[in-house]
Amino acid sequence: MKRKFLALCAATAALMVGATAAQSATLDTVKARGKLICGVSLSTPGFAAADDKGRMQGFDADICRSIAAAVFGDPDKVDFVLTNINTRFQALQSGEIDVLSRQTTATFSRETSLGIDFGPTVFYDGQGLLVPKSLGVASAKELTDAAICTLPGTTTSQNLTDFFRTIGGKFELVVFESPDENRAAFYSGRCEAISSDRSDLASIRAVANNPDDYVLLPETISKEPLAPAVRQNDSNWRDIVSWSVWMLMAAEEKGITQANVDEMLKSEDPEVQRMLGGADELGKMLGLDNKWGYNVIKSVGNYAEVFDRNLGEKTKLGMTRGPNTQWNAGGLLYAPPVR
Amino acid sequence: MTDTQALSAPIANVARPARRSQWRTAYFGTPGNALVTLVCGGVILLLAKFALGWLFLNAVFDGGAEACKQSSGACWPFLADKLRYMLFGFYPFEEQWRPLVALSLFLGSCGLSMIPRVWGRGLLLAWVIGILPLLYVLMAGGVFGLTAVPTSKWGGLPLSFMLSFVGLAFALPLGIGLALARASHLPAIRVLGVGFIELVRGVPLISILFMAAVMLPLFMPDGVTIDKLLRAQVAIILFAAAYIAEIVRGGLQDVPSGQFEAGRALGLHYWQVMFKIVLPQALKKVIPALVGLFIAFFQDTTLVTIIGLLDFLDTVRTALRDPDWQGIAVLEGYVFAAAIYFLFSALMGVYSRFLERHFNTSYR
Repeated sequence: MKRKFLALCAATAALMVGATAAQSATLDTVKARGKLICGVSLSTPGFAAADDKGRMQGFDADICRSIAAAVFGDPDKVDFVLTNINTRFQALQSGEIDVLSRQTTATFSRETSLGIDFGPTVFYDGQGLLVPKSLGVASAKELTDAAICTLPGTTTSQNLTDFFRTIGGKFELVVFESPDENRAAFYSGRCEAISSDRSDLASIRAVANNPDDYVLLPETISKEPLAPAVRQNDSNWRDIVSWSVWMLMAAEEKGITQANVDEMLKSEDPEVQRMLGGADELGKMLGLDNKWGYNVIKSVGNYAEVFDRNLGEKTKLGMTRGPNTQWNAGGLLYAPPVR
Repeated sequence: MTDTQALSAPIANVARPARRSQWRTAYFGTPGNALVTLVCGGVILLLAKFALGWLFLNAVFDGGAEACKQSSGACWPFLADKLRYMLFGFYPFEEQWRPLVALSLFLGSCGLSMIPRVWGRGLLLAWVIGILPLLYVLMAGGVFGLTAVPTSKWGGLPLSFMLSFVGLAFALPLGIGLALARASHLPAIRVLGVGFIELVRGVPLISILFMAAVMLPLFMPDGVTIDKLLRAQVAIILFAAAYIAEIVRGGLQDVPSGQFEAGRALGLHYWQVMFKIVLPQALKKVIPALVGLFIAFFQDTTLVTIIGLLDFLDTVRTALRDPDWQGIAVLEGYVFAAAIYFLFSALMGVYSRFLERHFNTSYR
């Protein structure tokens, strides 16, 4: 009930803002302030969470740092503002934050009615199902009359309903208000399966007492492209955010890493030259320093490095790249050419 | 408290053995009493054994998450690793001495201000022009060579204290004003007072916070943003004021109208009568209710998480989500938070009883 009320408030607020005129250029505001203000999640380990020293770490946080590096040449010139599900879009609309990097799924209605624009997808997620191995199920289609634990939220349960309707199966929804309760219920066998975004399920599996007891089913029942968002009608700022992200992907494609970026300055590849500011003046076209691409890679590394550092198999979350691999390796990451 | 004083006075005069036999009759007087005593004693012993085992005997003091996973006791390394984050949130690590100093200064000043002998205009002045600005400078920086720390990075215990205590300090005078307005004979003022109080009391705190955080910025002109923390603080002040007003009104109604009339008959002005005669009596009577409200508000401020501010309970909660510690140190974090909240709530309770005795309200 409370949630619905808050959502209603946010929607009303969004409508009102949608009507207001374009605001002043974000890049000028950010430069004048000397800091980028980036909205992230309160605490989602792997995406945005504090380390022991209270420093924001994670995939989403590194996206913010890459933008700060593009603008200022310094990844630390960013202030993180904590936003939650209810206030994230409003924080962006009211100018409290310059960019929202918070595991937010880009959808049609958000892009058209909330007064925001989405940048490129930084993480291709999708809703999946995690089951105990002992259940002996290899596909979600074999789940019949299963009790499925989820968090409240219309899309998660809606996707399940839609999925089971298409395969003609039945299920029982078990909803928990807090993520911790939700997990505990699943571990204790209260429900046969737990459903959430696959990235989330990976971490649920990773922190279980024995991760090998659980298996992530192959079906992905919804598309969740997570993307950073900016206020609409500021094309230049959107370009900066988009190309900071694409720079990470292009760097991986070209084999430029945090470690070898200085060497790559001498590369013969004209595209690498353009990316690192050795040829042409691409930075100027964005209103940035010509070394912006070099700064991004020098500060946070390429996409693979950002992924591996925060989410990859060496971390506790132990995620595989899945669809988040380069297009030439069968994945979905496809940065437009830098020219 | 005054009741136990009255009770303990005669007991003190009785010789020792008599006291002992009184205890015996109280706890083992009848077979029923003896049974209850034994059962309760047993339960207390069991709990104590469990607590001792968990807190110390089986607890892990050294090592990391793996050691904790093996053990059944408390995991103290978790608290040690996360302590600074839990206390100060996202405040820059190197600068965390500042919130520490601010917190100590605040608690120290509060402790001193609790002594009746230092009460007076000077103390109020010291808070307004000395302590509060100093606390703000310490936290926010930007002058005297301190690096500026935006309020979005404030968090943890200092934030909890600020929201609740600063909130209540400002809400109290506002609440008294509202109570007077509500009791006023001037219709316009009375309607305003009643309207404000009923409006605010008719809405949950969570929605007021949400209005302050989400709706308010949308009504501002482009480019004008009011600090989020300030918005939350003002929302809490307004909310608390309405409740304080109703408590104070209860106290005002308890003061016989003869007091007010006598004051006016002596030729005193309305404000003089109120501040010198009526309010002192009214406020004394509502101390327990006010302190109850203060304790409730100290705990309610944790709702600010809904608008993306991390108070103490939230820093604890988010610390627990660290994948390195997940599922290992759940109880430890909450026990730590409970201990801190209990400590300060209990202190307020004790001080409230001291104030009651100081003003001796029961025997007036």
